[in-house]
Amino acid sequence: MKKPKQKKTSRKKPKAKPKITKAKEILEKVAEPYHVVSELMSRVGVVQELADEIRKNLLNLYVLRGVTQEEVLLKELTRYNEAALKIREFLEPVKEYIPESIYDEMMLTLFKYYVKHELSDRELAAIIDDCVRTYLQSLVDPGEPVGTVAAQSIGEPGTQMTLRTFHFAGVRELNVTLGLPRLIELVDAKRVPETPIMEIHLSEKYKYDEAKAREVARRIELTTLETITRSADIDLSEMRLFIELDPEMVYDKGVTPDEVAKVLSRGKLLAGKVSISEENPYLIIIEIPRSYSDVIKAQKLRDRLLRLKIKGVKDIKKVILQKRKEQDTGKEYYVLITSGSNLDAVLKIDGVDPRKVRTNSIHEIENVLGIEAAREALMREIKNTLNEQGLDVDLRHVMLVADMMTRSGTVRPIGRHGVVGEKPSILARAAFEVTVKNLFDASIKGETDQIVGVTENVIIGQLAPIGTALVELKMNPTKIKTLVKGEER
Amino acid sequence: MLTEKEIKSIKFGILSPDLIRKMSTTAIVTPDVYDENGMPVKGGVMDPKLGVIEPDQRCETCGNKLALCPGHFGSLELARPVIHIGFVKHIYEILRATCRKCGKLKIPEDEIERYLELLSKLRDRWPQLAESLSEHVKRRATKIYVCPHCGERQYKIRYEKPTTFIEEGPLGKLTPTFIRDWLSRVPDRHLKVMGYDPEISHPAWAVITVLPVPPIAVRPSILLETGIRAEDDLTHKLVDIIRTNERLKEAINVGSPEIIIDDLWDLLQYHITTYIDNEVPGVPPAKRRSGSPLRTLAQRLKGKEGRFRNNLSGKRVDFSARTVISPDPYLSINEVGVPVEVAMNLTVPVRVTLWNIDELRKYVLNGPFKYPGANYIIEPNGRRLDLRYNKDLKAVAEALKPGFIVERHLIDGDIVLFNRQPSLHRMSIMAHVVKVLPGRTFRLHLAVCPPYNADFDGDEMNLHVPQSPEAQAEARMLLLVQEHILSPRYGGPIIGGIQDYISGGYLLSSKATYLTKDRVSDLLASINYEGEIPEPAVLAPKQAWVGKQIISLLLPEDFNFAKEAKISSGALKCRDEECFWDSYVLVKKGKFLMGVIDKNTIGAQQPESMLHYVVMEYGPNFGRQFMDRLFKLFLRFIEMRGFTMTLDDISIPSQAYEEIREVFKRALEDVNKAIKLYEEGKLEVTPGRTLEESLELKILEILSRARDEAGEIAVKYLDPFNNVFIMAKTGARGSALNITQMAAMLGQQSVRGERIHRGYTNRTLPFFKKGDIGPEARGFVVNSFVKGLTPMEMFFHAAGGREGLVDTAVRTSQSGYMQRRLINSLLDVIVEYDGTVRTAYGDLIQFRYGEDGVDPKNTSFGKAVNIDRVVKKHVGWKIE
Repeated sequence: MKKPKQKKTSRKKPKAKPKITKAKEILEKVAEPYHVVSELMSRVGVVQELADEIRKNLLNLYVLRGVTQEEVLLKELTRYNEAALKIREFLEPVKEYIPESIYDEMMLTLFKYYVKHELSDRELAAIIDDCVRTYLQSLVDPGEPVGTVAAQSIGEPGTQMTLRTFHFAGVRELNVTLGLPRLIELVDAKRVPETPIMEIHLSEKYKYDEAKAREVARRIELTTLETITRSADIDLSEMRLFIELDPEMVYDKGVTPDEVAKVLSRGKLLAGKVSISEENPYLIIIEIPRSYSDVIKAQKLRDRLLRLKIKGVKDIKKVILQKRKEQDTGKEYYVLITSGSNLDAVLKIDGVDPRKVRTNSIHEIENVLGIEAAREALMREIKNTLNEQGLDVDLRHVMLVADMMTRSGTVRPIGRHGVVGEKPSILARAAFEVTVKNLFDASIKGETDQIVGVTENVIIGQLAPIGTALVELKMNPTKIKTLVKGEER
Repeated sequence: MLTEKEIKSIKFGILSPDLIRKMSTTAIVTPDVYDENGMPVKGGVMDPKLGVIEPDQRCETCGNKLALCPGHFGSLELARPVIHIGFVKHIYEILRATCRKCGKLKIPEDEIERYLELLSKLRDRWPQLAESLSEHVKRRATKIYVCPHCGERQYKIRYEKPTTFIEEGPLGKLTPTFIRDWLSRVPDRHLKVMGYDPEISHPAWAVITVLPVPPIAVRPSILLETGIRAEDDLTHKLVDIIRTNERLKEAINVGSPEIIIDDLWDLLQYHITTYIDNEVPGVPPAKRRSGSPLRTLAQRLKGKEGRFRNNLSGKRVDFSARTVISPDPYLSINEVGVPVEVAMNLTVPVRVTLWNIDELRKYVLNGPFKYPGANYIIEPNGRRLDLRYNKDLKAVAEALKPGFIVERHLIDGDIVLFNRQPSLHRMSIMAHVVKVLPGRTFRLHLAVCPPYNADFDGDEMNLHVPQSPEAQAEARMLLLVQEHILSPRYGGPIIGGIQDYISGGYLLSSKATYLTKDRVSDLLASINYEGEIPEPAVLAPKQAWVGKQIISLLLPEDFNFAKEAKISSGALKCRDEECFWDSYVLVKKGKFLMGVIDKNTIGAQQPESMLHYVVMEYGPNFGRQFMDRLFKLFLRFIEMRGFTMTLDDISIPSQAYEEIREVFKRALEDVNKAIKLYEEGKLEVTPGRTLEESLELKILEILSRARDEAGEIAVKYLDPFNNVFIMAKTGARGSALNITQMAAMLGQQSVRGERIHRGYTNRTLPFFKKGDIGPEARGFVVNSFVKGLTPMEMFFHAAGGREGLVDTAVRTSQSGYMQRRLINSLLDVIVEYDGTVRTAYGDLIQFRYGEDGVDPKNTSFGKAVNIDRVVKKHVGWKIE
């Protein structure tokens, strides 16, 4: 995060000095060092992997330290290039042993240190050697019980978590389930989270302006007739329903009485029976159809109408605007936070940046974006829940749990209805939760337990094929005996 | 040890009536159990043919004594068949899917053929799919109302809980006899399509005609103190079954009316149902005379105390010990102090060889009652010699020959496993090296408290002695404490300095510490240092050393390290080496040049600390040694210097109290203002909140600010280098909040994140006016612990404290269950030789573990190679 910032300031400096010069001149001023450096670099030809870093260094020299003479720059450039070449040469023989990401990182890090501190060949070799060795030694051993370790790594911190369900997570306006209950909810793969929540970023057009952002918010927030109604009375004598709208709410939600009347008359039932009072523009008069002519039925109709959606997205109960600052430009923009989640519908709303919509409902993500996205979301949610409580858990453990839950193509809960329930071993299932039923079902179907898992082997008192017991090559004592005897002869 | 025989698989099935009869040693015919002499009746449920129960008896069936007789089944011929409660669902499904006349599956023959073929293909590779195919076939057949084979019209069959089937047609209620015939009519091929295996468990056998009577060993009777024999629940139930069966038989023989026979038949069905499962919904559970329900077959298997979870998944073991734990800082972190008493009861088997025979003779000579001795000798022929009852130990020792095995007492240097429950992660069981000590508690080093989550307020721990050389070797290679310094949960050490070690480290390394030659010698002697004392840092007026010099002596010679210390914050912030406050730790080429030791350098659970890199780069054994010596040094120093906490450390002058009072007064005014605004309805509402919630939030904010201010005032008047601050700042114990609460103000007490508001009508306690929502009436504590709480404040504090206790109690059970499920779901997942992650059943989970194949334990906070660190490790001495 810090690096781009430095870069920015370094480039901005010349921009700030000549105050009165025209924009074009400023542009030229900024462009000049860049052109000079690029030209030099193209003339010399630099090590491709580190071209960006070298350019950055040269620009720093040019802009910050005011070195403009071509010779000096060229000299530095050659120095950088030689350093880069040397590092590449040193790394060449170990390239095949390390993954690309580490190779790239080594290139960059070593270059930085090299140009700053002049490492000797011996030191360079020793460092590279050590890096490769460290990497090779850090690989997992075959037989490592990674599953158990992952389960322990996520389960153990559970005891340290707070139980308090609600916390203000970033937004003061909304309560979000966090801590242990949220973690349990995630591993259970619950259909709907206890507190569904969305974070919606807006498209360029809408995000910087509060009014425009609010406009999108209104499109998303579910507005029922009830929320904008002040009173709803039934006139039994004339069988009419008077719905008086609350002007404040109507304004706040961005609807007009006309629109409301339109929505109401959309259905077959009330077509042509909805009108707006002439004296009061906020009073809607509905003629109650014949079939609803008795009191109880009319009341039921009223209640049903009140629950009618006027606008917005189903399930989104509340939308809150949040002001944020862009990290690199410092510009303020608006983000929508919603209580309730409906990914499918929100993605289609105009003004929403569909690439930056977030929900905490794993199930919705699975339905809309697919299983891989659901896996990613599971990992993110579990990791965030743990981090929020200040608990460090390596991502690899979380990943394994997410993979286990999503491997069948749908999100399956951890437990008897999911991962455990799908185990092929009868004994493993019986030892977990529904003992008797599993045994009965297995016996009438004549099933066989192959005794390959850990639980089954523990049950019958054998070594489970895990860790050191994974090794199948064993010494045959009788054979040794005959061999020894043969030698004696 | 090599397992000679291996169980490859276990097949489940139902015993056929023929098999039951065949394996039966005796037919059980009479409900009588014992005769007048108290001898078991032949043909009763305690028939001697079912196995021996007395130690010296010989079994009538197999001729073995108690230890070797496995017990034998008997059998009971039922007068009329009954339905097995465990299989009713399956019986129901088959009845509905097959024809009432010909018994064939109600699907055309050619399609059955097709399904069979498909099924055989699926069975091996996709067992789960095969199962759902069978389900599909069954469901399809159920919907057909004319048999495609014989053209018979089908009727709906209704199932009435628990064991009744009724056809909504001419037949009406189906008797078990009828059901059995129907099920036996179903062709084998058709059963196979439905997912059953008629050779192993034919569904017709799910209707019981012969009941196997389990051996006595399964249901032993217990002799009460009064001399009365109490029978097992199963025996009682069996007697009930036999009695009913006899009555039913009698009724049939004498030709009683149908109603009576049916009633008895139903009764038999009830008894057999409860015999199998006493918790079937819709069936009143069979009760004991005391009124508690009987524990019958299903109950024996089920649940936490059932056979599976209590006896099969977890087993009781020998060679274990349990006692209270207490601390001993003079041990190494991988040692455990074992009481002599325990050491004399736990043994290690040692095979006698020419090289150890003299030593083992000595143990045998000492015998079981003198430490170090031996308890048993096992001769090559397998005979066990109990030395407790052997008068002539000398002769036994003489007779010792290579090939004998001596079970000698636990001695120093033995390897044992040490465990504290709850065993939440693998560091809850670690191997320690035995050190036999006087006293009656297990002793352990304080640095291993965090992984065990142990303290010494009465905690007990368990100890296990691995017996086989393989187990011992494995324990030494994989389980020793030093192998677990780095936690696999995150890349960092879980074992490290705590509490006094950190304070001690800080005090020793602090700039203010100068040591005379005496003191240096004392310190170095405490860690058995052998070598030169370094040049003194100060020569005049008197030779003096600084603590950093002493610490340098323990660091590896080529170690480079640089990091901000924990105390580096606020005014003492240091970002790099050019800093006056000595809060930037700098080690170059093994020389401790700058900074102080605190939690960031040697603390437990601190990734990327000095300790972490020492362990990672110089190996666990060096790491262990390093910690042992370093911690002993710190402790010796803190002993020498003295370290305590006094009332003075947290007492502030009355002037400060005035200021705090002033702060509170202002806060009170603010709160009252907010309340007034609220009452007038003018309070600004937080979006998305109600007016009341907004007020509460506002008040909480004002009050918490007040407490912070009070804390700052207290800090202003306290010596920033007093004992309490040393502990808080170095991370040894306590926090700034604790100091505030002790010295200045306790602050708001809360229950469920809200101010305390429940109690009496509209008020928390009768001391307040109704409707008072001011700070004091809602659990705000103005006083500090030093000043003392008013009775009301004490009450609120207790209310808040209680919530914490309840919270912990609820949380442990919830997280415990979650962890059990996680473990059960993931325990078969391992890394294979090809680097993939698979379950034991061969299902592929990941192509490469964690997408990069790196073990988190070997990482530095998740990174496989921390290149920055590697560079600094090699050339840190010249670039920092």
